[in-house]
Amino acid sequence: MSALASPSQAHGRPWLAQGLAGLVLAAMAWVFLRWGLWRAEFRPDAQACQALAHTGACWGVIPAKGLNLLFGHYPQELLWRPALLLVMVSLGAAALWRLAALRPAIAPTPRAHRANIAVALGTTAAITGLWLMGGGFGLALVPSTQWGGLPLTLVVALGSYALSWPLALGLALARRAAQPWLCWPATAIIELVRGVPLVTLLFMAAFILPRLTPQPDSLSLLARAMAALTLFSAAYLAEVLRAGLQTVPVEQQEAAKVLGLGWWGIQRRVVLPQATRAALPALTGHAIGLLKDSSLALVIGLHELTGGLSLSLGGDPLWRPFYFEAYLFVGLVYGLMCWGLAMLGRRMEARWVHAPG
Amino acid sequence: MFDYFQQPAGFDIGETGLMLYDASQPLWRAFAVGLGNTLRVALPGLVWASMLALLLALGRLSAVPLWRRMAGLVVEIHRNTPLLLQLLIWYFLLVEWLPDSNAAWSIAPGLWLSKGGLSFPWYLADEHGIWAWTWPVQDTFNVIGGAAVTPEYLALFLALSHYTAAFLSEVVRGGLLSVPRSLLEAADILGATPWQRITRVWLPQALRAIVPAATNQYLNLLKNSSLAVAVGYPDLVSVGNTALNQTGQAFICLGTMMAVYLCLSLLTSGFMNWFNRRHALMGQQA
Repeated sequence: MSALASPSQAHGRPWLAQGLAGLVLAAMAWVFLRWGLWRAEFRPDAQACQALAHTGACWGVIPAKGLNLLFGHYPQELLWRPALLLVMVSLGAAALWRLAALRPAIAPTPRAHRANIAVALGTTAAITGLWLMGGGFGLALVPSTQWGGLPLTLVVALGSYALSWPLALGLALARRAAQPWLCWPATAIIELVRGVPLVTLLFMAAFILPRLTPQPDSLSLLARAMAALTLFSAAYLAEVLRAGLQTVPVEQQEAAKVLGLGWWGIQRRVVLPQATRAALPALTGHAIGLLKDSSLALVIGLHELTGGLSLSLGGDPLWRPFYFEAYLFVGLVYGLMCWGLAMLGRRMEARWVHAPG
Repeated sequence: MFDYFQQPAGFDIGETGLMLYDASQPLWRAFAVGLGNTLRVALPGLVWASMLALLLALGRLSAVPLWRRMAGLVVEIHRNTPLLLQLLIWYFLLVEWLPDSNAAWSIAPGLWLSKGGLSFPWYLADEHGIWAWTWPVQDTFNVIGGAAVTPEYLALFLALSHYTAAFLSEVVRGGLLSVPRSLLEAADILGATPWQRITRVWLPQALRAIVPAATNQYLNLLKNSSLAVAVGYPDLVSVGNTALNQTGQAFICLGTMMAVYLCLSLLTSGFMNWFNRRHALMGQQA
């Protein structure tokens, strides 16, 4: 029963509304199926696609340009490395999915230990991932300017997400501190970053950061983009965490103090676990937002999943007219990742927030 | 710093809205045109997004399951893909799939859509200084008369407003659901018409929950309008970026952009706070 239905509306004509909705749906389905299925060209045949003149979809662009779309300009013969990275990230996601099902009360290791294990595992995975992408120590070197597509999106999004956590924690705790010399700068940084568009932060990273380092090109474009995204993510994450921190009753801190815990112990063992659990829905939203915002790195010339598209299609007169189909494919990849994150968040919520114990 | 903004800009701007501008004008005029372009896309986008959001929210709360599903699908599609991707899709559709401007597509009387953009009737002064409505008509090579917006503007407007509407609809839905059903039933029992029930009972109370969260979404729209740089619409960031590339003054150009956005953010949240206070007060007096 919906909230809109009122006793006075219950006597209306529901069949009219239902029929109208059905008609709209049928019309949309008809248009899409005719274009995307019946008249579509699935073979990677550019001539056949051109002959359709957009009356049907040209899905052939995906098999023809798929590897380029997914991996950008990464050296062809070394493609197994970014592919392995994708496998690694998928396995990590699967492990997280399993982990999210563990109930805190019956988990074998104490909570704090598990956090340490998670951090150690994450660091190892990050180093392995960067080694796979960049090479060195026995693998051929691939400079980050040649990285692209989905692996680059994952490196940028996951990297800046991980890096922004400690920064955000510091900012959130500082903003809540009683000392003005902690509270004011943290507030200023958070509000400044939240008040300007991400594009301007990326421009700052692209144009101003090189002037602050001793050598202009000592930081790669990737590192600078990640610096901007980390700062951006940290400012928003800090506010999410601050909202979570506010839900923890002050009596708990007092109780922990009476029990003899120090400030750091109180934060780590009492306040933060509860704060992060309370903020879980907002944390999911923030992670999804960061994944989507990583696409903005394209405006300073990083060819991640969105930017890689213009790289692989823009210079190709044969496939250039079929950007739209390729865009839909890229949108599907983003959609699946965001949907997966949302599901993961919901699963964690169900187990950690609503479950007893 | 002030000298910097007084020097001639030296670059042209593709579309200037209602402002007069050419490359010989001082740099601050170029920034002003950029800001004008930002507002020209953000303000109508904000209105359109709000209207769409209300429609989507009502759809998701509809008594008809099919409407609920469809509205939900639209919202999820827009929320789960990057805005930049949606912007590029809109832009590509407009410049690739629309007819050429010598055979524009008439979507309604006086509205012409083509690769050249959208032409619509507008109140203009002719060469004798007489103000009148002019109607666009199809000419040999393009559509003349009235006013027109470029495909860049249209793409940005559509992408921004649809993306924001998807997020805003969740805010609106949450606000509408936050009003206890018992109050709506009470309104029914007191003999309120369906219209009164919505405008006198439901919306005023829902607004109180909606306004603070909607402010965030409005600010996001404003900041997201900076994605204009990806399709070449000359908004504040694009103009600033051009100035930066021409003069190399990264600190001044970026600083100006950021300061302007900060001021706009403060103004918007100030206005919304005032609006919120007014509504909260009305609630207390009632």
